[in-house]
Amino acid sequence: MAEKKAAFTAETKLEEETAVILMHGEINQDADAALTAVYAAAAQVQPTAITLDFGGVDYINSTGIALIVGLLAKSRAAHIPLTAVGLSDHYREIFTITRLSDFIEIQ
Amino acid sequence: MTTLRGFWRNKTKVEPGTAVSPTLNTAETAVTAPPALTPIDLDIAPNDPLLAYIQHNPVVFDVAQLKLDSLAVTAMREAGVRLVVPLVSQGELIGLINLGQRMSDQEYSSDDHRLMSDLATQAAPALRIAQLVQQQKLEAIERERIAQELRVARLIQQTLLPQELPALAGWGVSAYYQPARAVGGDFYDFLYFPDGKVGFIVADVTDKGVPAALVMATTRTLLRAAAERLEAPGAVLARTNDVLVQEIPPKMFVTCFYALLDPATGHLRYANAGHDVPYHYTAQGVVELRATGMPLGLMPGMGYDEKETTLAPGDYVLLYSDGLVEAHNPARGMFGFPHLQALLATHADGATLHEFLLAELAAFTGPGWEQEDDVTLVTIQREEPINSQQLTINSQPVEFEIPSAPGNERTAMEWVAEVVGDLLPAARLEKLKTAVAEATMNAMEHGNQYDPDKPARLKVFVEEAPTSTGSVRVTITDQGGGQPSPAAVAPDLAAKLAGAQSPRGWGLFLIQAMVDEMHVHQDDQHYTIELVMHLANQKGA
Repeated sequence: MAEKKAAFTAETKLEEETAVILMHGEINQDADAALTAVYAAAAQVQPTAITLDFGGVDYINSTGIALIVGLLAKSRAAHIPLTAVGLSDHYREIFTITRLSDFIEIQ
Repeated sequence: MTTLRGFWRNKTKVEPGTAVSPTLNTAETAVTAPPALTPIDLDIAPNDPLLAYIQHNPVVFDVAQLKLDSLAVTAMREAGVRLVVPLVSQGELIGLINLGQRMSDQEYSSDDHRLMSDLATQAAPALRIAQLVQQQKLEAIERERIAQELRVARLIQQTLLPQELPALAGWGVSAYYQPARAVGGDFYDFLYFPDGKVGFIVADVTDKGVPAALVMATTRTLLRAAAERLEAPGAVLARTNDVLVQEIPPKMFVTCFYALLDPATGHLRYANAGHDVPYHYTAQGVVELRATGMPLGLMPGMGYDEKETTLAPGDYVLLYSDGLVEAHNPARGMFGFPHLQALLATHADGATLHEFLLAELAAFTGPGWEQEDDVTLVTIQREEPINSQQLTINSQPVEFEIPSAPGNERTAMEWVAEVVGDLLPAARLEKLKTAVAEATMNAMEHGNQYDPDKPARLKVFVEEAPTSTGSVRVTITDQGGGQPSPAAVAPDLAAKLAGAQSPRGWGLFLIQAMVDEMHVHQDDQHYTIELVMHLANQKGA
């Protein structure tokens, strides 16, 4: 039986040497396992960069921000640059306020 | 006529030449080892002439001299019984002492008869008391067994009922369930689907106690499984019926109403398996939601009519069980469907409907009424749209309560957005929504520890300010008062990335960054966070 809201899903694909992580749904505490797994799968192919595609994301809460911080810490430790695409103006502003945009290139 | 009870069974095997217990040795007191006894089965049928004979002649008698066409007498003779001593208490035959051959091989004398008669006079009341004590013990064990069964049945039911109500923006859902003393088989359920639709089930299993609770559990599982694969309510009931009919015990069945609501449009599709017909309250009157179909579990291959309606703002639908409509008053009159329908026509507020109906039920049944069956009520009301014009300056606050459960902050956020409407430009409304979501999440998690009985309370109002056009204010209150308030400090992202700080801790910082003002008020019980957006402030619009 489905939960009240659409569950978070994420998948990864390789575009040249960049791993693109496509996300759908809400990035909250329930997204932790899926996000961790998909990042591990993306990093496994040793990409030169990782792109987070927020095009299918309609909600990110503070726990979701913490998950993105966790991904950013992993990517920095592995020296893989992180890029974000598909962010709405509102979440672009939140990335700016939180200074995530200092470390993640926003496109 | 003497009633034959279990204690008529004489488990003493009588061997020729030995005495049947109790042994009566009237010969010289030679000290010998008691003879070996082996059990026999000696049943006396209720219609055996021996019983009628003893009823009329409750005295010691010699079996050999008894002229009676009786299977019991024949069995006694074959078992070596010589003398029978009836035990009578208050005119009722309660047992027999059967004696075998005397150890001296002599005949029983008249003194022996008198002695045995005296013994019977003494022994019968004592035996009767022993029997009554034994009977009471057995009844107490049976009562405890029934009570334990009821406890188990209640536990099964309570475990399976939903722990929380659907929180749907623009909708009010309430549920009431009161089991009868002898637990029946009512249940209700809510199903949530990825497209936002919500399924509502109310059902009633025939029978009571553990069997009903087990059928309820099975039915609930089957309905959920069917609803996951099939959308149409009629198909869900048909599928459930086809599986249940193979599982359900004989003479049991389940009545069930299943409706699928699209909260975005108010569209309701429904099908009914012989359950009490729900009522739809509208501004034009109260109508029945009729759809025909056999109860679940009776026959395979049943089809179920599917109907649909749309709930307009202000409308509600009441689902209920027969515990309400079949309640009786002292004059044996029934509460009934027409009475219920008439009551609904007078009550527009779904939020207070259950309270209203239960008061009417209590008035109808009178004091001292013992509830005859489970009473289940589920109400689904589409709320009137909150026109942002209602949020005029210094108007009454618009209030909202939401159960403390993970994910409900989104419902709170959407509700506030609906209330505020176009009072704020879109970008600033987005900011307020984020602040509301974070504050509600804090209230539910830290203030209320996600206790479903402790809702977060939200109020939205517009306040006039002397130097401006006013402000939209949102307060979010939880029950976590009396605690020190954490300060909103800017999280150190570099430290978080270096692993020196937890990656979490963004909530309060985000709230403060999203709104023009943030205030905290608290007392010993409550903690309130107030979010303020100035109407004149078009920054970020």
